[in-house]
Amino acid sequence: MTQPDVAPRLGSLLVRAARQEPGPPAREDTTHIAAGIGRPPRLLILRKFARDIPAVIGAAIVAFVIVLAIVGPWVAPHPGDVAASHLLQRLKPPSAAFPFGTDNLGRDIFSRVILGTRSALEVALAVVALAAAIGVPLGLVAGYATGWLSEVVMRVTDVFLSLPQLILALALAQLLTPSLETAMLALALTYWPFFTRLVFAETRRLRASLFVDALQGIGASSARIVFAHILPNAISPVIVRATIGLGFTILVAAVLGFLGVGAIPPQPDWGLTISESRNYLPDAWWYAAFPGLAILLAVLGFNLLGDGLRDLVDPRLRRSR
Amino acid sequence: MAELVSNTPIVDVRDLRLTINTDEGAAKILDHIHFSLERGRILGIVGESGCGKSTIIRAIIGTLPAGVQVEAGTIRFDGEDLLALNEHELNTRIRGSRIGFIPQDPYLALNPVFQIGTQLLEIMRWHSPDDGQGRRDRERRHRDRLVALLRRVQLPDPEAALERYPHQFSGGQRQRLVIAGALATSPTLVIADEPTTALDVTTQQQIIDLLRDLVDEFGLSMLFVTHDLGVVAQLCDDLCVIYAGQTVESGLTADILARPRHPYTKALLACHPDRAATFSGIPGNVPSPLRAGSGCRFAPRCGDARDVCNERRPFMSVDRFGRAVDCILYDIPAGVAAT
Repeated sequence: MTQPDVAPRLGSLLVRAARQEPGPPAREDTTHIAAGIGRPPRLLILRKFARDIPAVIGAAIVAFVIVLAIVGPWVAPHPGDVAASHLLQRLKPPSAAFPFGTDNLGRDIFSRVILGTRSALEVALAVVALAAAIGVPLGLVAGYATGWLSEVVMRVTDVFLSLPQLILALALAQLLTPSLETAMLALALTYWPFFTRLVFAETRRLRASLFVDALQGIGASSARIVFAHILPNAISPVIVRATIGLGFTILVAAVLGFLGVGAIPPQPDWGLTISESRNYLPDAWWYAAFPGLAILLAVLGFNLLGDGLRDLVDPRLRRSR
Repeated sequence: MAELVSNTPIVDVRDLRLTINTDEGAAKILDHIHFSLERGRILGIVGESGCGKSTIIRAIIGTLPAGVQVEAGTIRFDGEDLLALNEHELNTRIRGSRIGFIPQDPYLALNPVFQIGTQLLEIMRWHSPDDGQGRRDRERRHRDRLVALLRRVQLPDPEAALERYPHQFSGGQRQRLVIAGALATSPTLVIADEPTTALDVTTQQQIIDLLRDLVDEFGLSMLFVTHDLGVVAQLCDDLCVIYAGQTVESGLTADILARPRHPYTKALLACHPDRAATFSGIPGNVPSPLRAGSGCRFAPRCGDARDVCNERRPFMSVDRFGRAVDCILYDIPAGVAAT
């Protein structure tokens, strides 16, 4: 089994997954058309992925975070502690009753960290989805078109890329009224250029490929070639970038929350909680440490998973260990 | 009247001239291309790399790269001037539906992320008019037809093949898939761009035999572009030799191979390993299309060149058997002047 074979196979896998179609049935009875194709491709990919320990850890963390985001309100010991205050038990260190301690209003930090998972994930998903929705079509158009259209799109992209993302997001968030929605919009408006550049490069490569030539020769329109044929081929790196982007966005959203241009109190936002804890440090170390650990863990999970996916998609780029 | 129509060639290219603007000026990439393909026949277009073979195909199916201009000439397909059609008309009426296309490298000609059935049925779907018989029914007919075609091109286990991905097939099998895809929409003309070049010799032979049979069976006409005279000898009824963007000789394949007239055709045949006693090659290189002089383009490499060759282009002389030669040696006025 040669390595470059893996890329289209993962591509087809992801496309199929996206379309929610069942894969080809694993036939044991039929003669295999090409020699050397032993196992169904899906299993092969899973086996390869399972050998990559960091990626498996990343996938486990991500799965854990997603489950926590869904069931959070039911598993948190004090789900009412989003807005409640119990001044008699404020700033208690971690104990059996409050595993992560309590904050300045006596709220259970453990519960608030769990409850914060959902909004952190929602923000990340919304931002990355919006950024991809802007960036991917632009990259496709700029990559497939030639001349001024492509130039204009890519130069605008370059301008956005040249500005530090956090600064741009801060400026945008500052211009609009500070809220979680504003922060999300600002993050999406600063993250799309990464998708555009990525898809642009892929499209440029695929545009010169023979199957696109063949499609033109049999009467496929440009829109059909770009969206029905080039996009599915370019989607694997987009998925990798989106996965890493989820982690990155959680981090930047936390920074925005910390700086007061994201979530507003009393939302159980991780970044906001750390910001609120500043006055009680270093005595109430648990106040900042546990939300911080939550951010660390979530970002680490998405990055490890993204790295592992990238290794599957492009085996030539080995991660340095 | 009906006879008149069916007697017109399926493809008739007259005096086609294309230029592309480069930084160093306009390059004449095609200059006086003539050929015509009669119905039910296979025309081979032969030339060295870079002589404009692929450009001719692109001109016919209208996928010339940006910057290429048609200076003069007509391309008639079934009597209709293709150069006058816009992109939409080409997509809906010509490409894929009436002209099938077999691209060069079967390893790369299929989209790697889709199952074979998905991509080939897609082509059939966009080229089939809505006949009001319901979508489901049409899908099933397409599928049946595709399976029958795949069986006809001798692909093993065609039903299962629809569910497989391109990388699961060998090169020869992929070429069979691409051929079936080109035939799926029942075209009248099939254009094949070096379809055997990327294959090994035994597979090549099988594909050539298959193409020959399919042309007879489906009543197709085929334009077969290649650099391999051996393949042409086996497959093509007619032959058109291209040199540096010009038609230098055309006629019946057997006739040209037995009695080549143009010095370039002679030299090309002499290079063929089966014929050459010693490997000689043709001295010199194909001239740059940027520096096309007023004379014959082959003159600098020609053993029979004389002074007049560098001064003016020869006239295309056509004998009564339809054999055309673009060389001063057969140029009637010059010939008369010499004797």
